[in-house]
This record gives sequence, C-alpha cells and structure tokens, in this order.
Amino acid sequence: MNIFNSILILAAAFLAVFIEAAFSLPHRLLGAQIDVLPVLMIYAALNTDILTVSLLAVFGGLWFDSLSENPLGISILPLFAVGFPTWWLRDLLLRELSFAQFVLGAGASAVAPALAVLLLLTGGYEPLIGWGSLWQLVVMTAGGALATPIIFGFFDWCNHALGYQPIKETSFRPDREILRDKRSK
Amino acid sequence: MPHSRMFRKKHYVALGVVTLVAVLVLNLPAPAASHLKTGISALFLPLFGLAGNVQQLPGSAIDDLTPRSELVKQLNALRQQNQELLVRQQQSDSLQEENNQLRAQLGWQRQQKWKLKLANVVLRDPANWWKTVQIDAGTRDGVHEGCPVLTSGGLVGRVSSAGLVRSQVVLLGDPNCKVSALVEDPQRDVGVLSASGPLNNSLAELTYLSGNANLKSGQPVVSSGLGGVFPEGIAIGQVVDSWQVDDGLYTQARVKLSANLGALNQVWVVLQ
Repeated sequence: MNIFNSILILAAAFLAVFIEAAFSLPHRLLGAQIDVLPVLMIYAALNTDILTVSLLAVFGGLWFDSLSENPLGISILPLFAVGFPTWWLRDLLLRELSFAQFVLGAGASAVAPALAVLLLLTGGYEPLIGWGSLWQLVVMTAGGALATPIIFGFFDWCNHALGYQPIKETSFRPDREILRDKRSK
Repeated sequence: MPHSRMFRKKHYVALGVVTLVAVLVLNLPAPAASHLKTGISALFLPLFGLAGNVQQLPGSAIDDLTPRSELVKQLNALRQQNQELLVRQQQSDSLQEENNQLRAQLGWQRQQKWKLKLANVVLRDPANWWKTVQIDAGTRDGVHEGCPVLTSGGLVGRVSSAGLVRSQVVLLGDPNCKVSALVEDPQRDVGVLSASGPLNNSLAELTYLSGNANLKSGQPVVSSGLGGVFPEGIAIGQVVDSWQVDDGLYTQARVKLSANLGALNQVWVVLQ
C-alpha cells in the first residue's frame, strides 16, 4: 500500500458521488442510479489499510449525503459495515479473480443501500420505498457487480502507470564476482 | 505496555472512531447539520461548471448544425408568440386590476403578483429513495426554504433547503413533499397529494378525499392554497383513477402529473 493509492481512492469517491448526482442517465433508463461507493470500499478494503477504509467511509458518506436528502452522516456506517469485514477477511478472499471481485461487488452494492434504508427507517425518516425498490436493488446490485472488475482493473493500471514501483533485486552480488587475472585472459 | 498494545490493534480504534464520527454527525442540531451539509456540498462547486458545459455540448453542436433559414423561421414564430403573449398580458393586467378593485370593495386581502426566478437543475439526488434535485439559485437570488417551484407544465415541488448559490428542491411524489390539492369537479374535493412509488415519476397519489367524492378520469387537479406553502390554482395534473379506502371512510386517487419530473432542466421558483 502506498499513499498515492489512498489519495486516488478518495479522489475517485469524490468524483463518483458528483457523477452519480450530475448524470442521471441510468436513473432514466433503468429506474435506479448505480452507486459506486460500495465498490470503491471493496477495493480499498482489499488493497489498502484500515485508515483508508475509515477515511473512505467517513468522507464518502459525507459527500454522498451532502448532495442527497439523506440526513448528514447516515451513509457512513453502511459503507464502513461493508468495508470493515472485507478488510478483516482480506487474506481469505481471492481478490485477484474477476469472479470473486464480481461477487464481492454485488454483495457490497446490495448491502450498503439496504443498511442505509434500514438506518433511515430506524431513525424515523420516511424514505420512498415500495415494490419498485426491489427492482432498484437488483439494478444497483447488478451495476455494482459489473463495475467491480472494471474498477479493480482501472486502479491496478493507475498504480502500475503512476505509482512508485520498487526496484527489483537482481541476483548479482559484487562480492561474489569472479575476478580473473591477466594470465587467464 | 497496555497503551501501545491498544494502538497496535488499529482496527478497533478505527471502528470506534468511525462509529463515533457517524453518531456525532447524525446527532448534530438541525441548523448546524444544515450548515455543515451546505459547506460540504460547496466542495462540488468547481465541478458544476464542468458538468454544465458537458451537458450543453450536444445542444451547442445541434445549434451549429441548424441552417440559418430554420433559425429565421423559429425567430419569426417566437416574435409572433411574443406579440400574442403581450396582448394576453394586457388583458390579464386589466383583469387583475378589476379583481383587486372587487377584493378591495369586499375587504379581502389583495392578491400579490408572483415574483419568479428562473433556475437550472444542476444535480439529482444520488440516493434512489428520495426525489430531489438541486438548482443553481439560492438565498443570494431571494430563494428561501418553502418557495414553490414550477415549470410551464405545472407544479414541481418546493425548496427544502437553500444555500447561498444553490438550493435543494423536493419534488412531488417524495414523502417530504405533501401538497393540499383540489379536484376541479362540481364538489371541489380537497385532498393531500403524497408519495408515489419509487419507480414512477409521472404519477402521485391523492389521498384523504371525502368518502363520497365522485371523481372521473381526466378531471384537473390544482393546488388548493390551503396550508400557505403553495399558492392557489397551480396546475398539478389530472385524475387517472380513484377508489374507496377503509370501507368508504375516504377516497384515494392516482394523479398523472402535468410537469415532466423525469426530465427537468429549467424551473421557476416562486419568490412571492
């Protein structure tokens, strides 16, 4: 993990929230907006440290709520509830496999909005829910699942192209170099 | 050392801090939370111009491709329409004057002309469980909480919170936007326009109509003016169908909204 990766994730979360609010094409076509924050949380949990996961939950949640009618701070805990267990179990998860990324993205994209609605209902708010919400959940789950391998690929490419790459150690050791004298030449 | 051992388990600290931050922010007093929300959303201000330009690109490309003859034709049509509207406004002004005189004779309160502010819709609620949009007009333009918002089609909603340069508008069909509405039938039944389904932007439910309301499909629905938020007589939509609820205790109806809430670009804010 390097700091460049953490900054990149937070910047991507900021842009993702804005794009979700500014471009409503998925909402018009499919009846639901796809949320990328849970997917970013999965990436952060599998590839960075707990500090980045926490920062993403707090700032991502606050940015999302600031452009929404949600009470400020309601999205922090659902995001962290997705990120924390994933970070905890990161050594057991097959993060390199596209199928595993797909399943993790689907799970996160389904759990985070469901938890947010549950928190809203617990807090006495009246979100707009009905049978149509099931369709919206399906769209968000499928959209998040499809977006996950793409986002993983994008971040891996960014890290490779822009990030610090450690110099590979060679097997050459100067103290073991065979020095030949003049006679052998 | 116990202290260092605690900090070695960073995940417990992170769990505690994130939970604490969430609980603190959620329990902020309403004015403080509103200010904080406005402050955080102001971080997105530099991106608004960018999004606006990107959205205007297709429009400007079409403008460039439109032939001059077509533009001249449109200009002439708009000039003619403008003349018609000016004549109608003169007629409306004389009727308004007559109305004011009659109201003065009866001792009724004089009706005020609406002060309108045109605003662009810049953002839509990213959460699927609310129906709100953000507009590029705020307290600097005279917009304040509760201002009705409409289009030429009809009522759209009301301003739920106003920042300096942007405001949030809660749309018809959102649980937080309830409107006292009147069906223009002989009985002039009054009900409350409330939340619709999460997927349908064009329909809303009109509830608490009287049990013996005899509604027919296509009857116009307008704002009743009760409650003091929305002025009287703004078009809302038309009745689609109706049914009795709770063994005839009251009637409920579905209303097709006049304004197209799914494709809002520009709206008028009634400053009053």
